[in-house]
Formats: sequence, C-alpha cells, structure tokens
Amino acid sequence: MTVTLPNPAATAASPQDTLVPKRTAWAAALAFVRRQPLGTFGLVIVVVMFLAGGLAEWIAPFDPEENDFAAMMEAPSLVHWLGTDQFGRDIFSRLVFGARTALIVGFSSAVLGGVIGLVMGVASAYFGGWFDLIFQRVLDVLMAFPLIILALAVVAVFGTGVFNVIIAITIPLVPRCGRVVRASALAVREVPYVDAARALGFSHSRIVLRHMVPNVLAPFLILLSAFVGQAILAEASLSYLGLGVQEPVPAWGLMLQGGAEEYATTAPWIAVFPGLAIMLTVLGISLFGDALRDAIDPKLRDR
Amino acid sequence: MNAPIAERPLLEVRGLAMHFPISEGIVLTRKIGDVKAVDGVDFDIKRGETLGLVGESGCGKTTTGRCILRLEKPTAGEILFDGQDVNRMERRELVALRRRMQVIFQDPYSSLNPRMKVGDIISEPIKVHGVEPDARRRRDKVRDLLSVCGLDPKFADRYPHEMSGGQRQRVGIARALALDPEFIVCDEAVSALDVSIQAQVVNLLEDLRERFGLTYLFIAHDLSVVRHLCQRVAVMYLGRIVEMAASDELFDNPLHPYTQALLSAVPIPDPRVEAGREFRPPRGEVPSPINPPSGCVFHPRCPMAVDGCRQARPVLRELRPRHWVACSEVN
Repeated sequence: MTVTLPNPAATAASPQDTLVPKRTAWAAALAFVRRQPLGTFGLVIVVVMFLAGGLAEWIAPFDPEENDFAAMMEAPSLVHWLGTDQFGRDIFSRLVFGARTALIVGFSSAVLGGVIGLVMGVASAYFGGWFDLIFQRVLDVLMAFPLIILALAVVAVFGTGVFNVIIAITIPLVPRCGRVVRASALAVREVPYVDAARALGFSHSRIVLRHMVPNVLAPFLILLSAFVGQAILAEASLSYLGLGVQEPVPAWGLMLQGGAEEYATTAPWIAVFPGLAIMLTVLGISLFGDALRDAIDPKLRDR
Repeated sequence: MNAPIAERPLLEVRGLAMHFPISEGIVLTRKIGDVKAVDGVDFDIKRGETLGLVGESGCGKTTTGRCILRLEKPTAGEILFDGQDVNRMERRELVALRRRMQVIFQDPYSSLNPRMKVGDIISEPIKVHGVEPDARRRRDKVRDLLSVCGLDPKFADRYPHEMSGGQRQRVGIARALALDPEFIVCDEAVSALDVSIQAQVVNLLEDLRERFGLTYLFIAHDLSVVRHLCQRVAVMYLGRIVEMAASDELFDNPLHPYTQALLSAVPIPDPRVEAGREFRPPRGEVPSPINPPSGCVFHPRCPMAVDGCRQARPVLRELRPRHWVACSEVN
C-alpha cells in the first residue's frame, strides 16, 4: 500500500481560484469558435441562410417572380450567376428568397412542435399513471404514420399555403419530440432534486418547467436541430409534391420539382442549386445543433 | 430527555405500512403481489429529540422517511405531525406542512438541480412561499444561510458542479433550513461523504439542532454516527421495528437477536481488539419483502428461534424502562 500525498497541482487549483466571475457573451462566443470548429462551420451556414432570408430584397439582383422570356434556361453567367429556369426567372434570386420561406417554415414548425412535445413529454413523465398511458397511446397513433404522410393528410384537410404547411409539419414533430423527451424526463423524475422540490411544496408547473425541463434540454436541443432540418426537408417535399408552398412563391422544393422532371439533362443548374441549398442548410443546422448542445451543458462547458 | 409525559410528541407514526404493488401484463394489468417495504411501524419523536432509524439496505427506513414527508402515499397507518394527519391534508395544509418539515438527502450530487446556481437553489423556496418578497433581503437571507452552514457567501454564484461533495451537502442543508422548519428528515445525510467530511457535517447538524431547536429523524446505516448524534434509536428489519431504546441503552444492552448481530458487525478501531473480536453474522440472506416469513420476520435467521416464532408476529414490548423489543423469546 502506498501513501498518496496531496498533489500540489491539484490543491493549487482550488475552487476559489478557478471561480470565474461572469463570462462575457463575447468570450463565450470565442470559446465556442475555438472548441467547435465543425459547429462554427454549421453556424456560418446558418448565419448565411439567415442573412439571405432576412435581406433577400437587397441581395437578390432580380425579382424572383419576374419572367424574362428572352432569357429562358440560360446557363450560369455573369448576369444570371446561377442561370435561369424555364420561365426565365433568375435562380440565384429565387434561392435567396427561397431561404426565407425555408427558414420561416423550418424554424416555426420545429420550434412549435418541439416546445409542445417538450412540455407534454415532461408532464407525461412527471404525472405518470393514466395521464401518461393515454398520452403515450395518442403519440403511438401519430407515430404510426411517416412524417411526410401525416403532413400530407393535414395539408389535405387544411389546404396549402405557408401557414398551413407550418401546422402540417408541426403536428408530426410533436410525438417525435414528446417520446424522446419523456424517456429522459422519466430518469430525471427519479432524481432527488425533484423529490426535494416536491418536499419544498413547489407547484407541479414549477417542478415541470423549472426543475425538469432544463434538465432534459440536452437531448431536446439535439432533436430541435434535427427537426429544423427535417422540417425544411418536409417543406421542400410538400412543395415538390405540389401540396406545400404554391407557385410563384419561391421555395426550394418547388424549384427542384420544376427543374428535375424535364430539364435534368438539358439544364441541370435548375435542379442542382436548390438541391445543394437544401443539403447545405440541413447539414449546417445539424452541425451547429450538435456543437450547441456541448456548449450549453454547464458540466461540459468549463473544460 | 425527562420531558413531562403530558407533552404531545411532534411526530407520531402509527401502524405505518407502505406496500408497492407488483403488476404483470401490459394492457390488462393484474396485481401479482406486494413489496412490503414498510409493514406496520410505530414510533414517536418528541420536540427537540433526534431519533435514529437504522437497518441494512432495503429494510424500509428510507421509505418510512418518504412517507412522513408525503413523497409516498402510505398504504395504511397514520402520521400525525403536531397532531394533524399528514395523509389527510388538503393542498393548502400540505403547503403549510412543507414549511415545517424538510429533508436532507443522501447524495449531494443528485439532490441539487445542476442547472441552478446555489443562490437560486436556496432562495427559491423563500420566494415561492412568499416568506421574503423583497429580492435584496432574500439575497441577504441566502448569504446568512450559507454562512450558518459553514460556506462562504460567495458560493451563491456557483453551480453545484463547481463544488465538492461536502460543500454540496452543506448547500442541501441550507436549502432545508431556508423555510425555518421544525423537523428535518435526514435520509442518510452523511453516508455518501468521506469520513473526515462526515464528522464536519455531523457536527454542523448538531450545531443547527441546538441553534434552531430542530427535531431530526436521522436515517442511517452507520451505527457509530447514530450513537453520536441520536438520543434514541429504532432498529428496522424487513419493514418492521424490532427494537427501540435510548441510544446508550441500545448500544450497551441490545436485547433483540437482530440488533445483537448488527452491533457485532461494527468494527472496533483497534487492530488488536478487532482481531480477537467475536463476529456472529446472522446466517442466510435477508428474505424477500414480497414474501416475508410468517410470524417474526427474523425467525429463519434467528439463533433463538423456537416454533412459536413461526406463528405469532411479536409486538413491541417494553422490557425495560423505555426499551422496547419485538421478540417473544427475550426477557
């Protein structure tokens, strides 16, 4: 048996010394960039998409809905950077405006579906019993349909258009979030700090919202980032099928559909660029969401 | 210790039972049995007294504490706190009860919400119960509580994961004190700490008891800590109390064969004496609380068991003044 002496290095780094006062937002951002290069790459894509969507009027060189029959299906050139489609509309301008549609639909439905699923999933785990049983069976029914089928059904009932597309994508996301969140919330419910909160006489809503929800945020954020990607894909799919955003509103799925069916060989740029936009956006959001989860966990943060 | 007999105990537990049902099947569930975690427990705690509740893992001591706190709804029995039955309380009475009765948990790591700063953890109950609506004075109170518990008030701005186990346990104690309770259930409050920290926290609990006139139910398996801190001790085995007496009386003159076996397992901090010590572990394993033995639950392992032990369940008898034993064979 050896006697271990206190390690001087370990004692020097006592909690008193490592206690950092307040980290500024700037320092936190810098730390994020340094520790999460892939996440930063994702963040850059997301920021670019937001800028494109937000400032579309100033960035786009042409009106996205204006037909120019003198310049139909032109290959990329200095005038039309990414070429024109079969109606002579500038593809770059339509991509930029399409980013707005994609982000509005993607974020609204992901956040809406995610938050509803989060609160319902945690409440279901917390209350348990009959409430949990019935809630889970309802989720089972909703989960039985693939996302796109359920969204199609909702669109069939409510009709097309941006707002209805958001609702249509929100509904299938709720059970996907509720199920995963409930699983982590079941574990959190058994942790003594939840008992402590009950013993302190806190209300159910306070225990659910303040003590349980913050502790299932890590899986939730991962889900949410995946949801934004899925929602953008679903919007593109619905639009591609003609059940989402309607012409002439610029949307990536619509552009893909217009280009891929007839002109895939003769004018590939019509379909390739919106496809690339969808892919890059989904990839960027996933990378950023992953890195964000690591960054907001206080246990992982100061390492 | 010599309180007048007329004074009503702060806590009276009468015939407490907690059976957890075991069910089978997914859609058509049917009950196939019960885990009898607590099966008929009676005890009193007087104001200002500390009662130790000891026994090995799974004997139901933690469940007893949870029932008293109404974190579980017991199957049967009464828990009278200051004369009021905890189980029949309405919502409003229950909120009032929470201010008077608190808990300190075993694990200092999982008993604090990792997303909240220490200051918020301690001030939240003060805020929710409307004890101190003013934010600045609430902050002062948190600082006071931290220093009462032997922590630097600066810790209020830290997260629990930035602290050591002993420091976290002090935060847990400060949170329990935030509402100025009269009664605290210490559920293995020092078991997860290493020995030097244990002594500090035990001393802190003693100081707080004197300073605020607290009453404790001290649940533990470490017998030496219990002897040091508690005036009276109750020994539990398989959901029942087998012996209850004043601390010194119980440790010096254990009467129940299970208590004797339990005490003989305590090591002596002198290697020479320890080497020659007689250790008689009870034979066999603890039976399952789903199917506890008939009669006296200890009879399959008891060196003194006779045929009668299989039939009749022994009741607690006062064999010596204030020394209660649930055994029909000892006298």
